[in-house]
Amino acid sequence: MISLTSPIETWAHRLPAGTKLLILSALTVALFLAERPWMLGVGLLTIAALYLSAGAVFLRQGLRHLRMLWPFLLLIAVWHGLTGQVQAGLIIALRLLAALALANFVTMTTRLTDMIAVLTWLLAPLRRIGLSTRAVTLAIAMVLRFTPMLVENGNRLSMAWRARSHRRPNWRIVMPMAALALDDADHVAEALRARGGILPDTGSGRD
Amino acid sequence: MERNMTRIALFAALIAALGLIPSLTLGFGVPISAQSMGVMLAGAILGARRGALAVLLLMALVALGLPLLAGGRGGLGAFVAPTSGFFIGWPVAAFVTGLIVERWRGAPLAVTAAAASVIGGIVVLYAFGIVGMSIALGKTLAECAVLVTAFIPGDLIKAVLTGLITQALARSRPDSLLSRY
Repeated sequence: MISLTSPIETWAHRLPAGTKLLILSALTVALFLAERPWMLGVGLLTIAALYLSAGAVFLRQGLRHLRMLWPFLLLIAVWHGLTGQVQAGLIIALRLLAALALANFVTMTTRLTDMIAVLTWLLAPLRRIGLSTRAVTLAIAMVLRFTPMLVENGNRLSMAWRARSHRRPNWRIVMPMAALALDDADHVAEALRARGGILPDTGSGRD
Repeated sequence: MERNMTRIALFAALIAALGLIPSLTLGFGVPISAQSMGVMLAGAILGARRGALAVLLLMALVALGLPLLAGGRGGLGAFVAPTSGFFIGWPVAAFVTGLIVERWRGAPLAVTAAAASVIGGIVVLYAFGIVGMSIALGKTLAECAVLVTAFIPGDLIKAVLTGLITQALARSRPDSLLSRY
């Protein structure tokens, strides 16, 4: 499983993840409070400069992640073109682009391990009410490990389907996929328990 | 404890896998992502609490920067896009779906699970989706409600399929249906 972090090392990779997330939250709120097109325009240009400071290849990667917005930008263009509220449309379009580009920039410049460290730190207070952060990190590792495996299961089931039918594989393979996933869950649970369980150090038998 | 945890983790992986298998279309000619059906299934099979936790776990992984959403999307951008309301509503949708399957025992399981998916995965989820879209696109709630009606037929199909799959799973793995224990 490959994270969306850009393989191109930038200056922003070296900033602490927590700081980046804090700045991102503050700036996203600011983007939604800004009510003049020029403010958002300046914001978007600044974000473009951030991307460009990391190089042209990085900028192209960033633009690819923005492609999902085009149906919405088209909708805004048609809607506000017809109603004549061009300035309001411009504000919405600039805000959509700036908010998504900024969030993607943080994702692209922060390594998975740094993100997990922030998440563990955020979850730490929940230890007091009995949540095991160890269980959470173990669950994250399990999803990373098992997602490609379940995709592989799904592809195998599709192939088996094609071997028997001239029709395309459809929703019917979801049931065996789910059954196999639940079987795997039971096997992993047994293996974990055989190795002392998730919480060997506390020794509590909570279920 | 271990079994609960591994089932939650495997179900989070299942929802991700359902969005990532390109060949998996729901038939009917239109390629509909099976991912939101995974959210309905999480509630219907794991029950309210565990179903919501499976979805929250997947959301955490997406936030960490993993491309686990349909079409390989992910990262923090998933929380600020026009469709993010739907994404943010996922755990609530799974919770409500699970709660209805847990409580309503009068009807056949396929009917209960399908109806629960309609309420959790469509009524509740669309409420979140419409509010999110209204904030992002600067339109009124009513205008956004009209914009999303195009997706209701596909989601109704997913709710019916969730009912059928839940019932089939209850038959082949009777003790895996945690929502009924």
